[in-house]
Amino acid sequence: MADHYSSFERGGKRWFLQRITAVFLIGVLAFHFVLLHFVNHAAEIEFAGTQARMENVGYFSLMWTFLVTATFHGVNGVYNALVNQGLDGTQKKVVAAVLTIASLLLILQGTRVALAMSGVL
Amino acid sequence: MSQSYDRGTVESFGRWREFSAGMWAWILHKFTGWILVGYLFTHIAVLSTSTQGAEMYTATLQGLEALLIVRFLEIGLLAVAVFHILNGIRLLFVDLGLGLTAQDKSFYASLVLTAAITVASIPTFLGGAL
Repeated sequence: MADHYSSFERGGKRWFLQRITAVFLIGVLAFHFVLLHFVNHAAEIEFAGTQARMENVGYFSLMWTFLVTATFHGVNGVYNALVNQGLDGTQKKVVAAVLTIASLLLILQGTRVALAMSGVL
Repeated sequence: MSQSYDRGTVESFGRWREFSAGMWAWILHKFTGWILVGYLFTHIAVLSTSTQGAEMYTATLQGLEALLIVRFLEIGLLAVAVFHILNGIRLLFVDLGLGLTAQDKSFYASLVLTAAITVASIPTFLGGAL
């Protein structure tokens, strides 16, 4: 039987949220790749096509939720990897604050982008 | 269930020759995760051209797609994303306690499937660039 390797303390809140977002991201990341590389080829993407997709409320909601969950999953993963490497004390608090601010800024900018793409801004 | 002998920690990368399949899976999942989160920030930065107008957005995206290196980087990104997804599914099963005895085989299956999907996608990614 193999050992279990994970950067997360099993059963914790961060561990649980990482798994919940993972389940969502598995489907949405695959959908995003297929739609924008295989159905619509990236080289042929124009603003009009992007706007047509983003004007659809369901698609817009999916992409915005994708932004938020991917940001959480990615940044939480980085944080846990660093904690796993021994990050502790003041450094841990500073890293948590920096990553939280970076996440909020990314979500804010991503929201601006989504609104611009949908023609709202 | 843990092994009855001390294999050491996966963080001791100097011992990489002694790593088991599960340890390689852990390292590759971390490696692909770092790339994906880095790309997420880059992706939003590039898409931010949409706030500067339709022409700027279209010109930026088509300008990037005209570079052959970008097409190859996209193939690399696909490989990274596919592995992270497939190994992520494997991890969810491991966390649920399912298929633990085959966790090494499912890691190898993730690698093979990633390679197959990546190779099959090459014509799509390089279309019109060569």
